[in-house]
Amino acid sequence: MRLARAERGVRLHLAACLAAAVAAGLLVLVQAELLAGVLSGRFAVAALLPLALVVTLRGLLGWVQGISAGRTATALKTVLRRRLLRRFEEIGPDGYRSGELVTLAGRGLDALDPYLTGYLPAVAVAGVVPVAVVVRLFAADLPTAVIVLLTLPLIPVFGALVGWTTRAVTERQWRALARLGGHFLDVVRGLPTLRAFGRARYQASVIRDVAEAHRAATMRTLRVAFLSSLVLELVASLSLALVAVPVGLRLLSGSLDLHTALLVLLLAPEAYLPLRAMGTKFHAAMEGVAAADEAFAVITPSGTADEEPGHETAVREARRTAVETTAREGLPTAADEPARAAARTAPRGVPSHGAPEIRLEDVTVRYPGREDAALQGVSLVVSPGERVAIVGPSGAGKSTLLHLLLGFVTPARGRVLAGGADLAELDLDEWRRRLAFVPQRPHLFAASVADNIALGSAAGPDEIRAAAAEAQAAEFIEALPDGYETRLGERGANLSAGQRQRVALARAFCRPAAQVLLLDEPTARLDGRSEAAVVEATRRLAEGRTAIIVAHRPAMIDLADRVIRLDSGALASGVTIGAGIHDTGSHSTGSHSTGSHTTGSRPEPRAEGGAA
Amino acid sequence: MSDHEKPTAGAEAPRASASAERSEVPHEQEQRVPADSQQSLQSPESPRSQPSQGWVSPVPSLSGMGRRLLLAALAGSAADLAGVALIASAAWLITRAAEQPPLAALSVAIVAVRAFATTRGVFRYGERLAGHDVALRAQAGTRERLYQALIPAGPLRQEGADLLSRMVDDTDAVQDLLVRCLLPAAAALVTGIAAVVVAAFLLPAAALVLGAGLLIAGVLLPAATAAAARRWSARIAPARAELAARVADLVHGAADLAAYGARDRALSTAMDADGRLARLERGQSRIDATALGAGMLAQGLTVVAVVLTAQTAGLGRVATAVLALTALVSFEPVLPLAAAGERLASVLGSLRRLREIGATPPAVAEPERPAPPPEPPLTVEVEDLVVRHGGREPALDGVSLTLTPGKRVAVVGPSGAGKSTLLAALMRTADIESGTIRINGVDVRRHRADDVRAGITGLTQDPYVFQATVRDNLRLAGPDATAGDLAEAVRRARLDTWAERTGWDTVLGEDGRTVSGGQLQRLALARALLFDPPVLLLDEPAEALDEETADALMADLLGATRGRTTLLVTHRLRGLEQVDEIVVLENGRVAQRGSHAELVAVPGYYRDLWESEALTRPHL
Repeated sequence: MRLARAERGVRLHLAACLAAAVAAGLLVLVQAELLAGVLSGRFAVAALLPLALVVTLRGLLGWVQGISAGRTATALKTVLRRRLLRRFEEIGPDGYRSGELVTLAGRGLDALDPYLTGYLPAVAVAGVVPVAVVVRLFAADLPTAVIVLLTLPLIPVFGALVGWTTRAVTERQWRALARLGGHFLDVVRGLPTLRAFGRARYQASVIRDVAEAHRAATMRTLRVAFLSSLVLELVASLSLALVAVPVGLRLLSGSLDLHTALLVLLLAPEAYLPLRAMGTKFHAAMEGVAAADEAFAVITPSGTADEEPGHETAVREARRTAVETTAREGLPTAADEPARAAARTAPRGVPSHGAPEIRLEDVTVRYPGREDAALQGVSLVVSPGERVAIVGPSGAGKSTLLHLLLGFVTPARGRVLAGGADLAELDLDEWRRRLAFVPQRPHLFAASVADNIALGSAAGPDEIRAAAAEAQAAEFIEALPDGYETRLGERGANLSAGQRQRVALARAFCRPAAQVLLLDEPTARLDGRSEAAVVEATRRLAEGRTAIIVAHRPAMIDLADRVIRLDSGALASGVTIGAGIHDTGSHSTGSHSTGSHTTGSRPEPRAEGGAA
Repeated sequence: MSDHEKPTAGAEAPRASASAERSEVPHEQEQRVPADSQQSLQSPESPRSQPSQGWVSPVPSLSGMGRRLLLAALAGSAADLAGVALIASAAWLITRAAEQPPLAALSVAIVAVRAFATTRGVFRYGERLAGHDVALRAQAGTRERLYQALIPAGPLRQEGADLLSRMVDDTDAVQDLLVRCLLPAAAALVTGIAAVVVAAFLLPAAALVLGAGLLIAGVLLPAATAAAARRWSARIAPARAELAARVADLVHGAADLAAYGARDRALSTAMDADGRLARLERGQSRIDATALGAGMLAQGLTVVAVVLTAQTAGLGRVATAVLALTALVSFEPVLPLAAAGERLASVLGSLRRLREIGATPPAVAEPERPAPPPEPPLTVEVEDLVVRHGGREPALDGVSLTLTPGKRVAVVGPSGAGKSTLLAALMRTADIESGTIRINGVDVRRHRADDVRAGITGLTQDPYVFQATVRDNLRLAGPDATAGDLAEAVRRARLDTWAERTGWDTVLGEDGRTVSGGQLQRLALARALLFDPPVLLLDEPAEALDEETADALMADLLGATRGRTTLLVTHRLRGLEQVDEIVVLENGRVAQRGSHAELVAVPGYYRDLWESEALTRPHL
């Protein structure tokens, strides 16, 4: 019922739905009354007119119930979806598997439909109508009422009892069933592999055997599971016999009149029906409840995200892409609020022209649930226009450093200064407008190539084309079926890894105002030619901008004026990188690189490198 | 999309469908799975080579299944009839008793009431079991036929994981067709006819009225909901896909959106998509609502009309009561048919998709009278080979290549140059448009595709990890391999430490969740080495490996394949000086060929690639 409390707008529809269902249920009493009257001859044939009216009204109420059930379901799903997506923005994809969230926010919420449109109305009817029927029966015929009253509780009792005893059996078999059922999908997915080793035809017989095993196991489960409905059905129909036969005998003895007898016969089944209907809808409804619980678990701010042990650091690093905006954006913590307010009233400006100096002062970053700091006491100055390559083994904190500058993560200690202003006091949106970020695995959105490049900017077609050309992407984009209007993303055109990187670089080119370039291993997993194209595009992009490039391939490292090595979250000193790099800075001491000359390094003055 | 009023059968049963729960299965649960599924990949066998039968209708043939289906339909009809008879006999009992006849006149009715009350539940139980049994059998048959149709490459060229899942879900439709549509409809038909016949004995005019009412509720209404559901689902499906894409963008692209300040816009686009979907879903729920209301109305008004007819005709009180209550209750199995009609629309959609897959001709036609399988050692000659996918530009456009026993050839070229197509043509999963491929002088088109693949295969694109043990995942490439063979293959693929650490009997998760990209690649390589084909194909064996491992693996590979016929597709040039010939493919044509030394000496793609690789390699 948390659902109903959740949203005021939803409640109205739900109330209408339940009211219609209950009213229609209660009209059955009136209908029985009139029908019994006509059949027993107590009422004249003219009573059929009000009966027809009652029937029409019931039909109308059924219609209202259906309409408002639909409205309830869609309204609630919209509300939950919005909250889920909002909430997701706040906590980032770290806390749970993003694939699951996509499913939950999409089809997962549809599991609510049977709960809202079927189960809840059934519960409401089951709560009201049997009571009304029993009351009416008490007024009409005491013995019948007593029989109904005594047998009625058997339905929930037996239902629970049978359910309870069968649950162990069903649950034990359920997983095995799911896996047997999943076998077919597994084989179909692996068909190319089976084909390659001449095993495809053999699997046909395996599929048959597994399907047979699946059927046999399912039938074993069902034989038990269907027992519950057998018991409920027996209780209901035997109770009817229990009512009808004595009524007949009492009619024979003249101690009961026909009208009452017919009324009893018409009403008695109506006492059991709602309870059985509720039971029928129970299973499907519980799936919906599970979905809702899951949704609320995400929406309701809880403690820390549970970390899966045994996950490799690199994987986590990759998944940390978006991240930890909690403290800063979504849910301003108490401590944060003044800073935010200050930022809003007086947004601290970074000099709007020219690249700002970036300074890290003794910055430590920790991720919740992890003992080791991702960055440990890092101090670093990147001068305007300087190009810095960050190298180090995976898990060393390279991506964290970029995420720090993006404001995705906040320092646990120390501060980050941009143009002399503390990042914590800056308007992050404004700050990010001055950044161009190319992640390791850029996401291509389910939109046109042009929209993908223009992401977040108001660039026109010409600017987009120019950016694509700069990123060396124009050629392959124009070769796509619809050129710049080709739809990308999951269901769209497939681009190679190198092409994706170049689209992401074009995004960066589309932000001429950006003064700081943040690149996260843009050439990882590219072949030589693609890499050369991306390196060349990066070189051009970096012109006149500050660039911080996480790199591990020499060609990319070659672009840099200075190489910084991170190891276990700390700056390493005295690093030498292989061929092409003549010398790298030892940053803690303030020395800096003399640069390299293999691929068009700029003859610009060397920046002041070194720790604060 | 909800099934409000489910047809009687199976509504509260856990649905016996394969897709019901495909969630992650923790290990301790997996151990309980019956052995046959885990060992499914390797059980010793003689490959049953049944010729793939043509696509048969997914509805079970009337031979074996028919009896069971009939049984289920009979049980269902009996249950519904018992329900009607229970009320009718009770009505007769009461109204007749009111006339105060001798007790003996009632005794039959009393027995009947008790008997019907008991049998109704029992018949229902029998119907449910029989119905689900026959449905599961039908589903199994459908899956097997579907699989048979998929075996020859072709029907599913763009096989995304989504598409495959949907296809597998589609096979559940057969179950729904039987359990939720056909069987309830059969029971409703029998009950309806019985009620009308009883009414006809009592009062022919009333039978007409009842028949008309039942037709409206049981035929007209379901037909209308089926038609409406088809219309709506055609509009809802794309809206749903759109929303899913938006949500996926929002979640998977979170970092990009945040960095580029595009989050709010993306969120509002997603909510717009939600709004469109919600509007359509509301529209669809109007079908449910109308069907629900119309059904109630039809039932009630029919009863009123029947009573009116009876009263006007001056029918006796007993007969009128029996008539009225029979009419009232005979609608009970009929009313759920409106929801079944709605379900039917999507079931038919599923069946249509399955039929389309079955009707897609295989990519490669099997020869009428196949030549005997080629005997190793194999010489493969490719001459002027042209291969085209669909109506597009040819993927391969006049490629020639010869693999004599022991020769190693490397194929390099930019992505999309036709490298993988060449392998597909050699493995007979892509057909030849013109030109020839000959094995020991015999055109491959005269061989059965399986025979060709027995000689020419290896590490293919997108290798797959099955939900099976590490051992079984390997042994599918060598059912008769000894433990020593396995260990050797694993060692040569540099997978030994991983295999030991993971454990040979560990069940690998869905989509190889416990297998990283590099390990997957090495597992596939181990399979290829275990299979040990006369001509070994290797499609990007170092794909997705980190640089160091890739170098080591390639070195091992070149060592291990020395002296054996190998076709290696790669984008890493390091070590290629060891192969006998290098073929550079560009745009489906051979742009360059020769040894490493020859190719580096002349300008062209190979030298460019070599130089840019040298740039990115510090220690070359």
